[in-house]
Amino acid sequence: MSRMQKMPEPELIFDRSRPGRIGCNVPRCDTPEVDVASAVGAVRDDLHLPEVSELDLLRHFTNLSHINYGIETGFYPLGSCTMKYNPKINEQTARLAGFANLHPMQPVATIPGALEILYGVQSMLIEITGFSTITLQPVAGAHGEMTCLMLIKAYHESRGEGNRTVVLVPDSAHGTNPASAARCGYSVKSIPTDAAGNTDLAALATALEEVGPNVAALMLTNPSTLGLFEPNIERICKMLHDAGGQVFCDGANMNAMVGTTRPGDHGFDCMHLNLHKTFSTPHGGGGPGCGAIGLQSHLEPFLPAPVIRMSEGKIIADEDRPQTIGRVAGFYGQFLMEVRAYTYLRAFGKEHMADISRYSVLNANYVRERLKDVLPPAHDRPCMHECILTAEKYKKEHGVRALDISKRLIDYGFHPPTNYFPLIVPECLMIEPTETETKETLDEFCDAMISICREAVEEPDLLHDAPSTRITGRLDETLAVKNLDVRWWPNQ
Amino acid sequence: MSNIPSDLKYAKSHEWVRVEGDVATIGITDFAQSELGDVVYVDLPAVGKTLAVGDIFGSVESVKTVSDLYSPVAGNVLEINPELTNASELVNTDPYGDGWMIKISLTASVPSELLDAEGYGAVAH
Repeated sequence: MSRMQKMPEPELIFDRSRPGRIGCNVPRCDTPEVDVASAVGAVRDDLHLPEVSELDLLRHFTNLSHINYGIETGFYPLGSCTMKYNPKINEQTARLAGFANLHPMQPVATIPGALEILYGVQSMLIEITGFSTITLQPVAGAHGEMTCLMLIKAYHESRGEGNRTVVLVPDSAHGTNPASAARCGYSVKSIPTDAAGNTDLAALATALEEVGPNVAALMLTNPSTLGLFEPNIERICKMLHDAGGQVFCDGANMNAMVGTTRPGDHGFDCMHLNLHKTFSTPHGGGGPGCGAIGLQSHLEPFLPAPVIRMSEGKIIADEDRPQTIGRVAGFYGQFLMEVRAYTYLRAFGKEHMADISRYSVLNANYVRERLKDVLPPAHDRPCMHECILTAEKYKKEHGVRALDISKRLIDYGFHPPTNYFPLIVPECLMIEPTETETKETLDEFCDAMISICREAVEEPDLLHDAPSTRITGRLDETLAVKNLDVRWWPNQ
Repeated sequence: MSNIPSDLKYAKSHEWVRVEGDVATIGITDFAQSELGDVVYVDLPAVGKTLAVGDIFGSVESVKTVSDLYSPVAGNVLEINPELTNASELVNTDPYGDGWMIKISLTASVPSELLDAEGYGAVAH
């Protein structure tokens, strides 16, 4: 479908429904038949399930898939999300029967191959991050953050320092950081960012003085959400350690560092990794996420059990952990996601690992340079894996907001970048191209952005009314939030 | 240009204060509501809660973001605007009137750091 053509609105599966029509053959029952009502109690007959033929069903969902937008249909520069392409070989290995058919309740002694995969992923991530241990147990990024804070809390308490109740979080942080801290019972103190986009060291020193012996930790994203590497990272870690605090690294932006530099060498005590961002496990549709965490040896005793480790030449799932914080997930991570991450890491190989960070940083800087005359970068220095641009001048001079630019981008056939984050940059557009895009794709995107910025000056209503070529126009987000109603019900 | 009434006091964090006797009425400014966009939820404190200057007294959620609300004065919460529960859009349509958020019974004088309309005009742009 051409990019500027209006798409027809799809019908609902219910529109095709006719009473009694059946789209599947249920195999003959190979167990004694039981009356459903007598087995489960009352059976509802008011569910209004669609009744369609197999072909109608197939067409309906195939047509829906054609209007879906994903990394396999186009460029997806959603900042802070690392929407890189996940190579198909990951899917092939995850579908190998030996992995796919494992039962979660199988005795550990029967799954040496699975343990080998888990241990392999851990070992490679240890080498990449520079930490002494990795656990794959947390099942989402924020879950990994929270697990790190739980380890920090257990560490302080083990030293008789349960009075450490304050966590410092820079004002550029992802919202999950203060949320994880609050969830662990900490109070949160915000640290401002200086004009250059770095952590404000004077403000950090003041905060440390104010909080005194109660500081538990600093949660720092590096590179920051401004797409900038924190140049004072070693000094910041030392300031926290001198005050008796720990330093957690939010690893959301690890894509900028893979193979090039290691957070474990910067002075961090622990970090989380989003395997679903950096290490190419599925990301859309809610995951499932994978929030592996890395830590220095002083936090190891508190690790959630089991710990997958080497013992006398054998990989074991060690449950004998007297100081453990306990389990943080029902099982050990998302196993088939670990298979995908393992495949990705092995397919790349150690010798090419640095290409991930080099190309992702190069691509972001290319976009930044090409767009700097129409959309100025928030900070005047090279960015890391994502660039932060501001559309403030269009708002002031033409009444066009960052949101309008993003909506217009949909008409040009691209997924919009992240808007209005980080919160400290006005009319913010956050663009993360990732390493998997070619120069040609980046040029098409930049051409579209430059064209849209021209429209913003000459015909701003094109942006105010966008998108105008999709199945729906601008959605009423306020109505959607305040009066959410996603049920379908037949006309009565 | 956003509307900045001359009879109010303002905090740099974009709250306004109207002082009548020892009661202060607090809301967010026209500039703040326009930056936030459509407000979908306002979280307000319990009546009776004691607030110091700079304490977080609630939060305002728009389609774009969630922002904390900071008390520009010290005192006890006397009343909250009950209309905002079901009509949070009042913060957008009438920020200085029906969109008010809380009334505080003052326990200390109004801080001298609060800005007048002219001073706030220099912040809100």
